[in-house]
Amino acid sequence: MAMATVDNGVNVQALLDAREALKGAPDATKFTWRATCKWQNGTYSTTNVKGFHGLGQEQSHKTETSFSADHPEIFAAEDRGITPIEYVLVGLASCLTAGVAAVAQNRGVQLRSVESQLEGKMDIRGILGMDAEVRNGYDDIKVTFKIDADASKKDIEAIVAQSQKRSAVYDVITNPVNVTVEVV
Amino acid sequence: MVIGAGHAGLAASRCLTDRSIEHVVLERGEVANSWRTERWDSLRLLTPNWQTRLPGRHYEGADPDGYMSMREVIDFMSRYAEVSNVPVRTGTAVTSLTRISGPVGAGGPPQRGACEYVLATNDGEIQCRTVVIASGACNVPVVPALSQAIPSSLTQFTPFDYGNPGRLPDGGVLVIGPSATGVQLAAEIHRSGRPVTLSVGEHVRLPRTYRGRDVLWWMDKSGVWDQRYDEIDDITRARKLPSPQLVGTPEHATLDLNALMAMGVRLVGRLSTVRDGRALFSGGLRNLFALADLKMERLLDTFDAWASREGSEDTTALGQPERFEPTRVPASSPLQLDLTSGEIRSIVWCTGFRPDYGWLHVPVLDEKGYLRHDGGIVTDSPGLYALGLPVLRRRKSTFIHGIEDDARDVVGALVDHLG
Repeated sequence: MAMATVDNGVNVQALLDAREALKGAPDATKFTWRATCKWQNGTYSTTNVKGFHGLGQEQSHKTETSFSADHPEIFAAEDRGITPIEYVLVGLASCLTAGVAAVAQNRGVQLRSVESQLEGKMDIRGILGMDAEVRNGYDDIKVTFKIDADASKKDIEAIVAQSQKRSAVYDVITNPVNVTVEVV
Repeated sequence: MVIGAGHAGLAASRCLTDRSIEHVVLERGEVANSWRTERWDSLRLLTPNWQTRLPGRHYEGADPDGYMSMREVIDFMSRYAEVSNVPVRTGTAVTSLTRISGPVGAGGPPQRGACEYVLATNDGEIQCRTVVIASGACNVPVVPALSQAIPSSLTQFTPFDYGNPGRLPDGGVLVIGPSATGVQLAAEIHRSGRPVTLSVGEHVRLPRTYRGRDVLWWMDKSGVWDQRYDEIDDITRARKLPSPQLVGTPEHATLDLNALMAMGVRLVGRLSTVRDGRALFSGGLRNLFALADLKMERLLDTFDAWASREGSEDTTALGQPERFEPTRVPASSPLQLDLTSGEIRSIVWCTGFRPDYGWLHVPVLDEKGYLRHDGGIVTDSPGLYALGLPVLRRRKSTFIHGIEDDARDVVGALVDHLG
């Protein structure tokens, strides 16, 4: 660890302690994240997130958060929220950024600023059903980090690489996940 | 008793003999069995000959910087067994190892030195006070469960049944895993005229030579390989690291992913799943390249730092520090392959190996079936020891020349235990 006190606001000790404590507790490590969505009108819906399950019991965020989603006016909609596909960029950006902070803390690197630009490329012929060879989702996602920190460029690159390695959203985007959709 | 007459069992025997401890080495096949029966035809060691050492016997041939073929490894070990008079019982397979408690003293635990272990073999039972488990770390190839979803029209191989490219059907081959085995087989198969697609997960990249010396010379001299197991942050992870992307060739060629791509091998991401006859690969390939490149650079920095501190005969004739081209990201890399199209005719799983402890009926295994030990001492069961496992006591434990110090240390503990 670095000699000077590095504080990126991440309680790394708590994470390391948790890793130890959870070694013998396989049920405690099983989490279920939840969201509830209500259609409002047109392509506009609101999704609320509050409760989740983890460490063997029901948990709750401090407050309930509501996320609006819609399509933009150029899609002949009302733009009452960002598009669902943009939420994916929000997830990826925030997951990688949190990871950068945690890894930097663990490696004794003081961060001064971390910004990222995200670009997800998509051909809308997919979602419009115009061409079966065009996929619905992103063809390509590019994340560009600008980081000001007390470390060499190589060390910063290594922090960013490690963040991807341990990122939940990066995993879910780059690897397949089983999705089951039922009607009750 | 010593289980296994590979390099670890032979080294243990030599050290036991040096300490006048009566023992027998039980070997299910012939001396150097796994080198005879569980390797592919063209394999050479990836460690240079001058690193092929057993206690009291070093390589004395004419090519210290070359790399031994399997025949040469087998001969080296067989001759060692003869010259050292290793008491081997060949054709003797251990079918079970159990512990029986010795006679209990008044109100106390089993007396030290009392008979504690029973080995059942295909040739009778043996009781003994101590056992050195030298049965190997690579008894079975690891093949992921998703191999069952591979269409039956493809032939599947592991490094144990591969042998040589001629055994594979003509046509495209999907090699899974870019460790030493994976890169070696990918290159050999591709050169045989069968187009290779290599699925890339986590890997360790190394140049074969650095500043004019073999990279393993650097690992040895700079002290990286001397790092002790109890000084390593995440020892479980260190013991499961994939073998580095090295091959032993007379040309001392580097065989990293750039070299494979230059040959025409196609790279895809880590195999995630097989769905409806399609193999799905991760889109996270770039980051795996970055992680391996960064790790290699840190290692080269360590080498350079050592070289500039060290002012000896070893370092005077070194070339200039160099850095290597980052792993080239393919312009496009398929995220999926249709395994039913006929483009791919066979799969070779280069996804690692693991030990087989099905015969070990003493509760000394962890939840993943690996032996729990402290530097080769099985503390959960006094009198049991292990040799020949990765990073057993030092990073060099994973390689042949690491066995000398390990065998001496572990046999030393065994002798103390016998009191």
